[in-house]
Amino acid sequence: MDTATMQGLGAPESKDQLRFITCGSVDDGKSTLIGRLLHDSKMIYEDQLQALARDSTKHGTTGSDIDFALLVDGLEAEREQGITIDVAYRFFTTPRRSFMVADTPGHEQYTRNMATGASNAQLAIILIDARKGVLVQTKRHSFICSLLGIRHVVLAVNKIDLVDYRKEVFDRIVGDYVAFASTLGFTSIVPVPISARYGDNIIDRSGNTEWYHGPCLLDYLERVDIQSEVGGLPFRFPVQWVNRPNLDFRGYAGTVASGNVALGDDIVVAASGRTSRVKRIVTYDGDVASAEAGDAVTITLEDEIDISRGDMLARPTERPEVADQFAAHVIWMDQEALVPGRSYALRVGTQLIPTGGITAIKYKIDVNTREHLAARTLGLNEIGFCNIATALPASFDAYEANRRTGSFIIIDRYTNRTVGAGMIAFPLRRATNIAWQPLTVGKQERAALKHQKPCIIWFTGLSGAGKSTIANMVDQKLFARSHHTMLLDGDNVRHGLNRDLGFTEADRVENIRRVGEVAKLMVDSGLIVICSFISPYKAERDMVRNLVGDGEFIEVFVDTPIEECVRRDPKGLYSKAKSGKIKNFTGIDAPYEPPLAAEVYLQTVGDSPERLAEKVIDSLTTRGIIG
Amino acid sequence: MNATAQTDFQSMVKPANRTLPRHLRRLEAESIEIMREVAAEFKKPVMLYSIGKDSSVMLHLAVKAFYPAKLPFPLLHVDTTWKFREMITFRDQTAKRLGVDLIVHINKEGIERGINPITSGSSLHTQVMKTDALKQALDLYGFDAAFGGARRDEEKSRAKERIFSFRSPGHIWDPRNQRPELWNLFNTRIRQGETMRVFALSNWTELDVWEYIMLEKIPVVPLYFAKQRPVVRRNGTLIMVDDERLPLEPGETPEPRMIRFRTLGCYPLSGAIDSEAATIEEIVAEMQVAKVSERQGRLIDSDEAASMEKKKREGYF
Repeated sequence: MDTATMQGLGAPESKDQLRFITCGSVDDGKSTLIGRLLHDSKMIYEDQLQALARDSTKHGTTGSDIDFALLVDGLEAEREQGITIDVAYRFFTTPRRSFMVADTPGHEQYTRNMATGASNAQLAIILIDARKGVLVQTKRHSFICSLLGIRHVVLAVNKIDLVDYRKEVFDRIVGDYVAFASTLGFTSIVPVPISARYGDNIIDRSGNTEWYHGPCLLDYLERVDIQSEVGGLPFRFPVQWVNRPNLDFRGYAGTVASGNVALGDDIVVAASGRTSRVKRIVTYDGDVASAEAGDAVTITLEDEIDISRGDMLARPTERPEVADQFAAHVIWMDQEALVPGRSYALRVGTQLIPTGGITAIKYKIDVNTREHLAARTLGLNEIGFCNIATALPASFDAYEANRRTGSFIIIDRYTNRTVGAGMIAFPLRRATNIAWQPLTVGKQERAALKHQKPCIIWFTGLSGAGKSTIANMVDQKLFARSHHTMLLDGDNVRHGLNRDLGFTEADRVENIRRVGEVAKLMVDSGLIVICSFISPYKAERDMVRNLVGDGEFIEVFVDTPIEECVRRDPKGLYSKAKSGKIKNFTGIDAPYEPPLAAEVYLQTVGDSPERLAEKVIDSLTTRGIIG
Repeated sequence: MNATAQTDFQSMVKPANRTLPRHLRRLEAESIEIMREVAAEFKKPVMLYSIGKDSSVMLHLAVKAFYPAKLPFPLLHVDTTWKFREMITFRDQTAKRLGVDLIVHINKEGIERGINPITSGSSLHTQVMKTDALKQALDLYGFDAAFGGARRDEEKSRAKERIFSFRSPGHIWDPRNQRPELWNLFNTRIRQGETMRVFALSNWTELDVWEYIMLEKIPVVPLYFAKQRPVVRRNGTLIMVDDERLPLEPGETPEPRMIRFRTLGCYPLSGAIDSEAATIEEIVAEMQVAKVSERQGRLIDSDEAASMEKKKREGYF
């Protein structure tokens, strides 16, 4: 094939783009295949080939031949280790299509990268080493592709040269694969026998496989129908940015996620239920009469209604789900495990929503066998099916119906890392059903009757730091002044409310969450609530802080050095922990994150509990909690 | 076509953009989406403007993204003082034509230290006058997000770059501490002192860029078009003698030659190619039979193995 025809002179108007991923186990030849596609479609320049030849002798695994894998293994560290450790994107083009390839690592640990590559792919090439057949990894990759919504699969049976181009080997592998993949929901599985290293059936049909009558790989990639994936779906328009250059223009900028919209169409703002009609569809190249999935446009409406970033426009007759609880598949991507109950932020479409937590992990999925297993947390690269609650209602569709509006990422609110990705299955409870029952007698009235301002006084610190002693003394002093108080103590709640919880990170988070909710109810009833909990994690203390109003959470850090706590050891716990009889003991084999800006800071060494309690009382007076 | 013939943006307005092939429409919409995301999520974004073809496309897309509003951020040109003269002329014309804010930043310390691409060497010059200068400017103005026109097809370490590339305080890029990017859901959250580089053209190829320039009639620096220009040949590279600062070696005389540039930068570091391509159409045709990559002409990349990755870790784009 000559260069001019390969590269698409003039770019015909019908030319489109296919985004696909390649997946396979280590050594199945993914990088070699991509290098081969780039090379054979003349996307490799002479200077790159020269660099490649240099690298091949230095790092290559193919002797004196050019190692195409080196062409795509980007970062220095990877070239040295000989494995791909991140997602790399590659590009090549033919007259009919341009292609973007996500090269995703096949190594056991990198589910995260595969999911990343698959999230934007319309097709997957699943590589199988003809000598090895369908492996556990093959099944894992196929499952992830299916979960991420890929519907077209090319089964590339590679290294067919190493099995002497035998038809029966190919047929057996294809049979095995199809039997296994029948429940994965793929609409097409196209098997092709190839040799990435020698180019068999990549661009041209190979004379070595006379028995094969299907398309060669590139031919198929050019022709597979990937249109209509989002075209037939209901109109969805997540508002990205409000364009308001002057008082006369108010437009909603965004990209049509699915379906289409035309001038005069009735639309509804999914979350608020407000309706209007499309007045203009504005683009720099002039107004247009309609817009379809993938178009970046600016929509203006007939009516002035309240719309901001994060809202989703739809047709009143085809609304998305609006809910604050839903069930979803979650892929965990962070070293630090998912902790149910911990507050994360979700990015759903253009919405950024704080969660009320992952309320339950229904089960985790063994990616190799697809078995459902019980789980209390999800670790890096684990996939679970979870219930998620959000602090505000989200607008979405099921991922199966709409990849653009059914997906979300999970962000750790403290580190800002992207810790997970999710695919929504279904809403659990429609937001419209959860209106608050308005209470006639409010917190203020209840508190006024008691001549105090309700609040939570939260004592945190290591075991043995002196929290309970001081908290008790504060309670007595308040009682003596006729204040209405309640004391919640860590040990005591574990006898009843939280008797089902242990001391793992997940259980500690749930322990604090429950105590926080109880304390909040007591604040609502007008009480001063004294809480004494080790509460080692900043995230959970802040979660409780966010449950109540400004100024209603007073954090008291009882700071005692660990050596002193060990010396005191009032309950004999440190000696048990040190001898290994207690696991996950804070300060010994579980972390304590000290508060950085506690309202009250108490150093116990060299001071008496009496004086420290008095310091807390003084602080309450200064803050106007008590008279 | 040349830059001065394209002064009126309105003449480019066409009915509904339907002349673009689908793959370019998709790339265009994707870039616009990225830009709007930045405008919506960051306090003080800026667009790095290097005057080259990629910057021209990026700027054109930005104008489209925010129309009818003006660009919600300024352009920043990090000037090494060694750019081709025609680039500077084009830069100033472009800013005026589009009515955008243009910030030009020069590393004054570098100038005082006498850093230049000829006697200091390309590596030190790039470090001081480009990388350090860029970091200075970002800190000086407190920009929290900076658009760059780099593409994934340019270079191997770029192929793994995120669209939203996270930088720790000090503008440090750690390839192992980048956020996974799924779907079109970008994590834009940063803390004080952290910044984001945003590559809005990540998924474009060099050919896409030229086809888009052709179809959208985007003005570019005339140096991309073949013309007789005075050059000297050094180590097999054609260097254009753009001003008197380039010291000629004994016996060396600039000779007129029909050349053009595939990439533009500091003139003593930019290799020209022999070419007859004097129109965009001819450039696109030439591109399609090209035998060497565009970075071939960039002397700063070939200094050492994996030099792009190294530069990126230090804060280069």
